[in-house]
Amino acid sequence: MTIPQPSARVAPASAAGAAPARRPRPDQAPRRPMIECRGLHKYYGDYHALRGIDLTIREGEFFSLLGPSGCGKTTLLRTIAGFEDISSGVVMIDGRDMRNVPANVRPTNMVFQSYAIFPHLTVAENVGFGLRRDPRSRVEKAAAVEEALGMVGLTGFGGRAAHALSGGQRQRVALARALILKPKVLLLDEPLSALDRKMREQMQVELIKLQRQVGITFVLVTHDQEEALVMSDRIAVMFEGEIAQLDGPEALYARPASRKVADFIGVMNFLPARIMSETHDHVTVAAPGLGTVDIPAANVSRVDAGDAGPSIGFRPEAATLLGAGATAAGRVTEGVIDEVVYYGDMTYYDVIMDGTDAYDGIPHEVRISMRNVFGREVPDVGTRTRVSWSPGSLVLFR
Amino acid sequence: MSVAGRGSGLRVYAVAYLVFLYAPIALLPIFALNDATVIAFPLKDFTTRWFVQMVENAALRTALLNSLTIALSAAVLATSLGIFAARASTRYSFPAKGPIMGLIMLPLVLPEIIVAVSLLVVLLAAGVNLSIFTVILGHTLICMPFAVAILSTAFASLDTSLEEAAYDLGETRWSAFRLVILPLVMPGIMSALLMSFTVSLDEFIIAFFLAGNEPTLPTYIFSQLRFPKSIPMIMALGTMLVALSVVLLMLAEYFRRRGVARTGRTDSGGFL
Repeated sequence: MTIPQPSARVAPASAAGAAPARRPRPDQAPRRPMIECRGLHKYYGDYHALRGIDLTIREGEFFSLLGPSGCGKTTLLRTIAGFEDISSGVVMIDGRDMRNVPANVRPTNMVFQSYAIFPHLTVAENVGFGLRRDPRSRVEKAAAVEEALGMVGLTGFGGRAAHALSGGQRQRVALARALILKPKVLLLDEPLSALDRKMREQMQVELIKLQRQVGITFVLVTHDQEEALVMSDRIAVMFEGEIAQLDGPEALYARPASRKVADFIGVMNFLPARIMSETHDHVTVAAPGLGTVDIPAANVSRVDAGDAGPSIGFRPEAATLLGAGATAAGRVTEGVIDEVVYYGDMTYYDVIMDGTDAYDGIPHEVRISMRNVFGREVPDVGTRTRVSWSPGSLVLFR
Repeated sequence: MSVAGRGSGLRVYAVAYLVFLYAPIALLPIFALNDATVIAFPLKDFTTRWFVQMVENAALRTALLNSLTIALSAAVLATSLGIFAARASTRYSFPAKGPIMGLIMLPLVLPEIIVAVSLLVVLLAAGVNLSIFTVILGHTLICMPFAVAILSTAFASLDTSLEEAAYDLGETRWSAFRLVILPLVMPGIMSALLMSFTVSLDEFIIAFFLAGNEPTLPTYIFSQLRFPKSIPMIMALGTMLVALSVVLLMLAEYFRRRGVARTGRTDSGGFL
């Protein structure tokens, strides 16, 4: 398996504009594993926090652990860091079994959610903290500190009191402090969650650049799907102590492995479906309002426990509202606009599609997103409209 | 101003309250400098002879030395033990944590006379001779709740990831504690030391029961109240003790504020 090499970035609907283009990999060769977790279990008393994690993170990868709070992502990160003992299983870093290797000698460094900047020290003392046991001379260490500060854009801040810094600056100090030790793996525990939106988007870009520059394996924990999609080479989506899907951002967004993953990453419309027939390379389904569609086998995902039967899903940007007289290549369904949510650069339309009440008597609403074009009128609530969609963008959950 | 009339009743109450609290203390320096053995108005001439008498009094010097020895020892012991208790209670969970912490805090509300009598009975039964040492033990016991309360607040206000960060950066458990936690709780430690010192210095009941023949400052003052002619000297001593208390309090507040400033936290209360 190789790292997915996407040609174009598929942004989640709300990540309008600010995200950088995905970086090209400097070399295409498969990289060696940096972190390997095998059969990892973690119990807190009776609570089963990690339920058999099998995971390989490769050298130089920007890897994200994504999931809702309480899914075990932070526990997994702290297990890799050595802050938590594991109940059973193996953690290997760079080919070495980490059993009995305490956190202070592991080749990992961590950026904490609260940053954990030492408030009684200066910025330079914070950044140079990890060099205390370094045999280099004072002058060499000071140069290393200055270099690390330069890397995060804080040149000349060394003499400042750490507690007088802004949130974004603390974040940078925490990064410099962890990177100065040149760890094999940098662990980031929700590092951007305390920043405001503008700052967060700016730091996302800087983190990607920084990772490319230092070439260190980054493991990021986040509950923010947009952040994970923007920054990661690969993402492990976790629910209740298990990895639900491990994939690149595009695959994760376009072909979620289950309804739960689809629901967690971005917005997805679901319609009840009936399976008509099945061949080795596609499944024929009937969905109310959409008619009969052939779904390629690659777009067939599983349902989760508790889901009521199979369903068809598509993303808001996979369908388009057709203006009067316009023609489309895909298939067309009619409906009535029930709600319009204007976002400036784009608009969400909730459309009740004709015939969607055929199976369960409930008219289903689907959300369609359209980029606003200057001069084009935004249709009003209550307008009848035509919706064009392509069968290739549908995902079947069965 | 428009609010001037509204609070005048409260203002009178506040002034009366302060007068009631501090007037007796204000009398100390007045009579300490008054050239008469009778504590009464009108005042006679100004004199410093009571202070001279106080300094020249050998028995008083012994009592003072005893008290300082006891207060210093009890403060250091209570604070050292308090560091362990406060850290354990804020950082770890262990069986019977609630009851254990409750027992440590209990001397705060236990009648001191009960503590004193119980200690006396136990010490005599164990065949321990009463001395300054036994008073130090008793005072450590009653200073512990103060030290633990102050130190628990200091430890609890620390982000636990600070210690993890130091550990993650290559330090050992102990050096992480020494380099990060200790400097950050140092203001709390100074506060606990000063508070314990003050509590021990003016403690009477335990000192009275457990000191044997050794006088401490409070027991010496009590013994002198029987002699009317030593009362002005006691007034002079009281003046010195008030001055010392104010200095200690200001010192404690200084350390507290410095701690707040160094760590950039927002100031929430304090003594002054």
